[in-house]
Amino acid sequence: MSMRTGRATRAGQYLALTGYLVFLAFPFLWLISTAFKPARELGSLHPTWIPQHPTLDNFRQAFDEQPLLQAAGNSLLAAVSAGVICVLIATPMAYVMARHRGKLSAAATGWVVVSQAFPFVLLIIPLFLILKNLHLINSLAGLIMVYVVWSLPFALWMLVGYVRAVPAELEEAASVDGAGRLRTLVSVTAPLLAPGIVATALFAFITAWNEFFFALVLLKTPEKQTLPVVLTHFIGAEGAADLGPLAAAAFLATLPSLLLFAFIQRRITGGMLAGAVKS
Amino acid sequence: MRALTRAAASAATALTLLLAGCSGGGSDGRDADGPVHLRFQSLAWQTESVDANKELVAEWNAAHPDVQVEYVQGSWDSVHDQLLTSFEGDEAPDIIHDASDDLADFAYGGYLADLRTLLPERLTEDIPEASWSTATFDGGVYGVPFLQEPKVLIANTKILKASGVRIPTADRPWSWEEFRQVTKELTGKGRYGVAWPLKEPVSVTLNLGLSAGGQLFHRGEDGKVDLRFDDGDSVVPRTIHDQVTVDHSAARTALGMGGSDTLPGFFGGKYAMVPLGFAYRQQVVEQAPEGFEWSVLPAPAGSDGTAQGVSPQTLSVAEDSPHKKEAVEFIDFLLDPPNMVRLAKGDWMLPTGTEALADPALHTEDKGWATGTALAQRLRPAPAQSVRGYPEWKDKVATPALQEYYSGAIGLDELRKRLVDDGNRVLARYQR
Repeated sequence: MSMRTGRATRAGQYLALTGYLVFLAFPFLWLISTAFKPARELGSLHPTWIPQHPTLDNFRQAFDEQPLLQAAGNSLLAAVSAGVICVLIATPMAYVMARHRGKLSAAATGWVVVSQAFPFVLLIIPLFLILKNLHLINSLAGLIMVYVVWSLPFALWMLVGYVRAVPAELEEAASVDGAGRLRTLVSVTAPLLAPGIVATALFAFITAWNEFFFALVLLKTPEKQTLPVVLTHFIGAEGAADLGPLAAAAFLATLPSLLLFAFIQRRITGGMLAGAVKS
Repeated sequence: MRALTRAAASAATALTLLLAGCSGGGSDGRDADGPVHLRFQSLAWQTESVDANKELVAEWNAAHPDVQVEYVQGSWDSVHDQLLTSFEGDEAPDIIHDASDDLADFAYGGYLADLRTLLPERLTEDIPEASWSTATFDGGVYGVPFLQEPKVLIANTKILKASGVRIPTADRPWSWEEFRQVTKELTGKGRYGVAWPLKEPVSVTLNLGLSAGGQLFHRGEDGKVDLRFDDGDSVVPRTIHDQVTVDHSAARTALGMGGSDTLPGFFGGKYAMVPLGFAYRQQVVEQAPEGFEWSVLPAPAGSDGTAQGVSPQTLSVAEDSPHKKEAVEFIDFLLDPPNMVRLAKGDWMLPTGTEALADPALHTEDKGWATGTALAQRLRPAPAQSVRGYPEWKDKVATPALQEYYSGAIGLDELRKRLVDDGNRVLARYQR
């Protein structure tokens, strides 16, 4: 490949990447812009990126009208719990499935794949009745259980891949050096698996943080409702929306996920590099 | 090893405590002794409306220590699914706010209480028969209709006055033919006479079609419904179709829009008029630029005058509620005429109650209230709301057929064929 062709390819790649980033960022930037616009600017035929008269009224109104902080607290509790519990359950299962391949492991993998095919609406009534019998309707504990069960198959699938990526030879080497099974797992496997565990926890967190339908159906009282459910309260009949406060509330709802990604992304990358060096 | 075991045990304990701590139990909020607790799920969403509802609940609770009502916020966006699962799980709120066109399945399913023997005479007599019929299914009354909104034309006053066209009033509305002529006159460079937001074309077409005698759904003596597309049924669709595809006086791009989407174009002078629900005035007030002059005009009239179909907002009581009597007493309080006026103003809609409708506050020219109240007498039940199978017909048959017709992809004969032939096949499955 000539140098000129190489540069052209590189330029094309950067162009594509820039286009992709703009595509991804557009909705979020527009959301921010809308959140700070007064009502009259929202009705403008020629909307601007930068609000001409930026205001915090939408945020004030959103907080006045709906219990956003309480809902955010509920969402956070549900999402963090789902993430932690999901990882605690999935990690040992994934290790077994990855290291001890057999019919049972294959069947488990098959179940994981099939379980992703069930739509929410198919599950919601039986799930509702089961949780009702367990007195877990209108309870964040019930919702967390649902989120864990819902995220578990995919989390398991993700973690199996991460475990398989850790060379079994490393564990054998540790064993030769005299480390016991547990010591090997804790000192050798776990650090290499850490990025995968974090990514899986993050996946379960985001799934629970964004989830709407189960929360809508299972939580009845306003004190228990999560953010996605409360956000719908800004939407009226026939799709009419209180756009400013809705954008303000939606912007606040995206912040935790963004911050978490920004914080953890570096660690995932760092962990991956560490694993690469060790192997 | 011991440390790890201890850590695992601690984690398990912490999780158990966490789950126990955030469990709300399955209490339905009703005490065996002491005050009765009722849950009122409201769909109010605009600030003034939420405030009005919460204030009324607080006033009730202060005056009725033995019957305490809890305000629960619901959402129009998801109310059907949410109620359905609540009913199935015996967790429905005692008092349910919804729209009459959403009640049929719940009423036939036995989830809602028949209110006939529970309603006080005052309330029964205050609300006109036409409104009651929107919540009456198989002879039972399953909701109290309390707010309704006609479709009106929101017009750019300056453009209208400058054009010299006759300004319609509730007494002398435009005919559909005159409306078509007016929109042609209002159309100019970079401007359409009207923008029809027809993202959901079916209810608009059917409800406005009543003005021209269109009914489409005909119930026979055996109670079965069949579809017929008579001359009256074609007036409204043909007018819209011709405005879009023949006269080019209606914006084609608006056909895929919701009501709110048309407002920026309306404020920007791109559309001279927009047919919208009466409650959209609130958004116009909030979003219109300084100095923007707008007015509310009645929708065009046909052979049946300004008749329109509506699906009023309703208050129902869950069949499983152990406190139906108290729930109806609360509804009666909420719909006491002065309170009904507060709710109507909060939602920018019209009350169904005769006494509330007579309130002078709803007859001012300001923000078009008087035009709306003048139309109230002619509001009728939406033609199809009690027809079983209507939702499927609407989604699978009527919506795509009307969208294609309005965009000019098919003609009136094809529209008629699809609405009637395909539609009757759908209805037949529900009426075996």
